[in-house]
Amino acid sequence: MNNPYFDLLMWARGPGFDIALTVFVAGLLIRVLEILVLGRKRDFSKAKGSPVGQGIKTIFTRSVPRKGLVKFAPITYIGGYVFHIGFLVAFFFFAPHIALIYDLIGISYPAMGRVIIESATALAIIAIIALFWSRMTDPVRRALTTWQDYLLLVLSALPLITGYVAVNKLFGDGTLMLALHILSAEALMVAFPFTKLTHAFTFVISRYYNGAIQGRKGAES
Amino acid sequence: MTSPLQEVMSYVGTGNADPILREIRFALAKLVETGEPTVIDLGAIPFAAGDERILDKVLGRGELQATLTSMGESRIAETGVAGVWRVDHFDADGEVQSRFIEVTYMPEILRTQKEDAAYALARLDEMLNERAEARAQAQSGVN
Amino acid sequence: MVNKPMLGDLMRDHGVSRRGFLKYCATLASAMALPPMMAPRIAHALENAPRPSVIWLSFQECTGCTEAITRSHSPSIEDLIFNAISLDYHHTLQAASGDAAEHAREEAMKEHWGKYVLIVDGSIPLENPEYSCIAGISNLDMLKETAEGAAAIVSVGTCAAFGGIPHADPNPTGAVAVSDIIKDKPIINVPGCPPIPIVMTGVLAHFLTFGLPELDELNRPKAFYGETIHDRCYRRPFYDKGLFAETFDDQGAREGWCLYKLGCKGPTTKSVCATVKWNDHTSFPIEAGHPCLGCTEPDFWDNGGFYKPLSAPAGDYRKLAQAAVGAGAALGVGSAVLNRMGKSKAAANHETVDAHDLEKKS
Repeated sequence: MNNPYFDLLMWARGPGFDIALTVFVAGLLIRVLEILVLGRKRDFSKAKGSPVGQGIKTIFTRSVPRKGLVKFAPITYIGGYVFHIGFLVAFFFFAPHIALIYDLIGISYPAMGRVIIESATALAIIAIIALFWSRMTDPVRRALTTWQDYLLLVLSALPLITGYVAVNKLFGDGTLMLALHILSAEALMVAFPFTKLTHAFTFVISRYYNGAIQGRKGAES
Repeated sequence: MTSPLQEVMSYVGTGNADPILREIRFALAKLVETGEPTVIDLGAIPFAAGDERILDKVLGRGELQATLTSMGESRIAETGVAGVWRVDHFDADGEVQSRFIEVTYMPEILRTQKEDAAYALARLDEMLNERAEARAQAQSGVN
Repeated sequence: MVNKPMLGDLMRDHGVSRRGFLKYCATLASAMALPPMMAPRIAHALENAPRPSVIWLSFQECTGCTEAITRSHSPSIEDLIFNAISLDYHHTLQAASGDAAEHAREEAMKEHWGKYVLIVDGSIPLENPEYSCIAGISNLDMLKETAEGAAAIVSVGTCAAFGGIPHADPNPTGAVAVSDIIKDKPIINVPGCPPIPIVMTGVLAHFLTFGLPELDELNRPKAFYGETIHDRCYRRPFYDKGLFAETFDDQGAREGWCLYKLGCKGPTTKSVCATVKWNDHTSFPIEAGHPCLGCTEPDFWDNGGFYKPLSAPAGDYRKLAQAAVGAGAALGVGSAVLNRMGKSKAAANHETVDAHDLEKKS
């Protein structure tokens, strides 16, 4: 006699994870190496400022919104911040995830408590709903939105929702919900290298490049 | 001796105390109107130390406490609200086995059980017979 | 066996009053999530139930289940209830041996055909039925033969319920559960390695008083297998606070923090271990400082390692990841080199590019 929920969980923890990890690692390496190896044409002109310093600085300063933009597009900015911070807190500081990270790369650190993790998760889910709604209702944003944008919002929301449901036993069998949670995270891993989600790794390259160009010209970025 | 943590935890509740108190109130009304008793299993719902505190505060201590010693102790006590009883069963090691609130004129477990009385009757007869026999023997010894 | 004393007499002989029995029934009702007003009814029914004939078959097992149920503290009422049934065949406990033992089984079957309860512990080998025989009869044949006249079957222990340890990979004997063979009888699964004694007697008591208990999708009584250990664990507050033992002998382990990171399967394991506990409510594995192994769930032996956290991958992914790094690096560099060649070719040919070209997906 088998427990189908357990079998699904074991598939998600076994072959499912193996597939997702392979696609994730290989895909990301392809994407990042493509960018790095392709390189830029060498600029022989004498630098007027500091390209390296400006490049590194820009990696961080671009995380701060420009003046007036928060007021101009509050949902995009505030929703964006809340989602990113909420997702990162829930992902990096929930104990079972730390156990996963420890298993993968051998790094361990203290976990956060339930109140923080669950608040972060709930806020991130609300932010995704707000971002989705804003894309649907604002005519300009709707025109700019592709099916991939919607798909990725849904794919990013699923691990948050299934995780929240699994931990709190809101509905469904606990084992089944844990399996669905892991599978939804694996779906995100598979989509990662081939969609705009790659920005989680490439943002460093593009921000540095933009900052370095300005720095070479002697401008602040 | 309670640690500070236990002290703090004793105020943490699940919010289940008030619904239970409402349930007790309706059970008591039913008892008064129809004489029908109700038993509430405190193990069936999440119940924390804070809930217990509220329950004790509202129901208070009544005028009757009894201790049953059979398979470990059981404490049967009427609360300050007449007709509402606490029945707590413990095992031989003093660990809680089950806890109930009985809304009744007389908890069933306080009453002498018919089977025990019948057995006691047989035992008493036996003892009286033994005594009678002993007396008869003593008398025949004298004569 | 006809003159066996009834439960009431047995209790009195052991100095247990009926009040004590009522108390036990109240606790049993609470444990089985029955309405508490049922307690006197349970007591009455148990005292007056016709003692069913019980045949206990032990197949591929370690006798741990029998040990657990017979080693519960004497004189416990579990023990007495167990005494009150008419255990007509149990090859570990009965005095008779050899042909006489098998005759006892055949006689009980004949006399109580269609009414006896069949308890099974242990799995049944299908790879080669001769792997496990009793008195020259293979487990498979004995199960089929005895199940035919049974009113109901109770599969005690994870081996009988789900195949258990004999079923673990690579399953050399082709071991299966009772429910894989018998399809036309009500089967109650009471898994655990071993099950908690009060769960075994509770199921028997329920069967004697009210018939079949309510079962979940794995045929386990919902009263005992309705909630996960994690949900009722006294260490749950530490999980919620994010406090974990990282090893078996660190400060966290000494403080009694959550054992999730040491591989505890509490979150996916349904049982009442955390509330009913073992050895007369003394303790249970997590209280003793060891993570739950998940023994009430099918295939618990193969569910990704006892000491691996539930959230960690179960497979051997490291080699795959190394291969992925190699393949990804090769493909990435290869693709970049091709692009570079394309770029220099385009530059050499003075090809032009405008904004619309950039929008095109290559």
